[in-house]
Amino acid sequence: MRECVKLGVYLAMVLMVAGCTVESVDAPGSSAGEAPAAAESSKRIQVDGSSTVAKVAAAVQEEFESRFTDTKVALKVTGTGTGFKEMIAGRIDIANASRPVKESERSDCEKNGIELLELKIALDGLTVCVNRENDWVDSITVAQLKKIWEPGSAVKSWKDVDPSWPDVPIALFGPGEESGTFDYFTEVINGKEDLITDNYSASADDNVTITGVSGEKGGMGFFGCAYYFSNQDKVKALRVSSTESAADGVLPSTESVQTGAYKPLSRPLFIYVNRKSLARPEVQDFARFFLSEGQAQVSKVGYVPLAEADLKASVEALDAATSAK
Amino acid sequence: MSVAAGSQIASPEISFSSGGDSTIRRRLLLSLIFKWVCRLMTYGALAVLAVLLTSIVWNSLGRLSPGFLVNHYSMNPARCGILAGVWGTFWLVLLTACFSIPIGVGSAVYLEELARDNVIVRVIKVNLSNLAGVPSIVYGILGLTAFRPMTLFLQELFDGRHAINVMGLFRVRLLQLEIFDGNVLVGAMTMSLVVLPTVIIASQEALRAVPSSIRIASLALGATRWQTIWRQVIPAALPGISTGVILSISRAMGEAAPLMMIGVLTVASMCPGGIESPLQLITNPTRVLSVPFDQFTAMPVEIYDWSKQPDPQDRFTAVAASGIVVLLVVLLLINATAMIIRAKTARGLKW
Repeated sequence: MRECVKLGVYLAMVLMVAGCTVESVDAPGSSAGEAPAAAESSKRIQVDGSSTVAKVAAAVQEEFESRFTDTKVALKVTGTGTGFKEMIAGRIDIANASRPVKESERSDCEKNGIELLELKIALDGLTVCVNRENDWVDSITVAQLKKIWEPGSAVKSWKDVDPSWPDVPIALFGPGEESGTFDYFTEVINGKEDLITDNYSASADDNVTITGVSGEKGGMGFFGCAYYFSNQDKVKALRVSSTESAADGVLPSTESVQTGAYKPLSRPLFIYVNRKSLARPEVQDFARFFLSEGQAQVSKVGYVPLAEADLKASVEALDAATSAK
Repeated sequence: MSVAAGSQIASPEISFSSGGDSTIRRRLLLSLIFKWVCRLMTYGALAVLAVLLTSIVWNSLGRLSPGFLVNHYSMNPARCGILAGVWGTFWLVLLTACFSIPIGVGSAVYLEELARDNVIVRVIKVNLSNLAGVPSIVYGILGLTAFRPMTLFLQELFDGRHAINVMGLFRVRLLQLEIFDGNVLVGAMTMSLVVLPTVIIASQEALRAVPSSIRIASLALGATRWQTIWRQVIPAALPGISTGVILSISRAMGEAAPLMMIGVLTVASMCPGGIESPLQLITNPTRVLSVPFDQFTAMPVEIYDWSKQPDPQDRFTAVAASGIVVLLVVLLLINATAMIIRAKTARGLKW
């Protein structure tokens, strides 16, 4: 008898659970169709993307949070491409990018009803470096770089690039294809993104590149300026010339990057803000912080702050986007 | 030849030290060489470990301070701390234990005590050891595809505008909860997958080590199968089970790869639920409710990030080393607890 009662109770419970349906009801105190206001305690900004920009973002975040103590910035570092994927999925407010958004990424965003506001926040130079014992080359042209780095490159030794250089085997190092630095370098040097010689060692960690270059007399590598500024004693940066003549080469430095003289290997860094998120004051504040107090942090972490005119343009773009709301 | 050697060993006059037969001496020499090879390998491994530990501790000297435990992530290495990682790892491990212990021990009890020996059970048993050898990143991908989308579903469910209708009888309005992507819950579920095979295998071993005379005696005295398992077998196997569980939990503490897959924070200035000190657990217990749905980071993730931070004076190396020392100390504490539990529970057993 007791068994029967037990069984009945279990059966009733199972039926109740099975008979449950989820239905939508109006939230108390808010009219139908309108999203309920977020709880007061939870001002949080979701940021994801490039590891290059993350250094700036982390420094800016720290300053920002000490000023706006009720807001927290959730920062993930997964790479520019993944950052945009997260943006397309609508999971983040700000995507860090070390390259401009691709057309395909922008249209994917629009498909999901997400509009992007592009803000230039800092400048970065790509440094091409060689071993410190390399005494035969100080300046290099883009054409020579292409000869070395292009897909199917026949260059095995420095002599193959320029007959006047010694017959030292060349060893190439650089970031892997998941990196925005890689995208940028291949596009500028090889003419098409993602095209590169098979004959190089890829590593996501720029320190590995530096170790590789400093360990091989014929070593050559490329990475962001910040890494070069931090490791000037370990490798030698090359002057890069955008013309035919190597004599026009320019050394990467704050000034040469800011003025744009260091061509073509200097690039802007971006944050892409979801325009919908801009309606939230804390996101507005954070974006604005990048362009005001944040600029001091940019140089602290080894990048180049925006030139006056670029900064003004970014601020105006942000003003226009926020006043439209 | 072998017969002759055998007969000589059998005779009592011949001692090993005096030798007497070249074969025996050769064999003794071989065994001596083998002993020394084994000894050198052990000492060699220990020496490498000692060098690693010394260099880590050396690097952390001067940086490791009480402040390191209570500060948040900072781009300034002198101010950088591991607080968010410590709390994140704490909640992660706690929830992982909540998931993996009942499921793991339950599965082991079923496989060892209850299941009939058929093809399916044998396939499961064989595959458990295979699963234990699967790289953790694979479980990370599983968590990414299986558990992470769950967040979106829960977000919709707990947006304060949904209710559960029970058979049309009454409605239960669901709370409005803030559920973030890459939360502790998803992390713990993924991490449970990582540790479950190990927990199950360790528990199985422990259950197998319980003499069958105990089960037979218990059943002979009229106990049911349930009573036998619950009151005799599990208590007897508890030392082994708890050791296995704690060792696999400590594995969960050191894993970074699966967490990176599910979108854990890299640079975190917040602890799950905003709980930053043990005191807040008492003064503000309601916050604990929001912990499983909050974003987090873990110690190994932070250490990985620090070890990749370039710095002209190489100061982040010291930060990473300090993080490793903190992680190692916590791991040693947990392993010490495992040994104490083992010793305590084993003392109560009389057979």
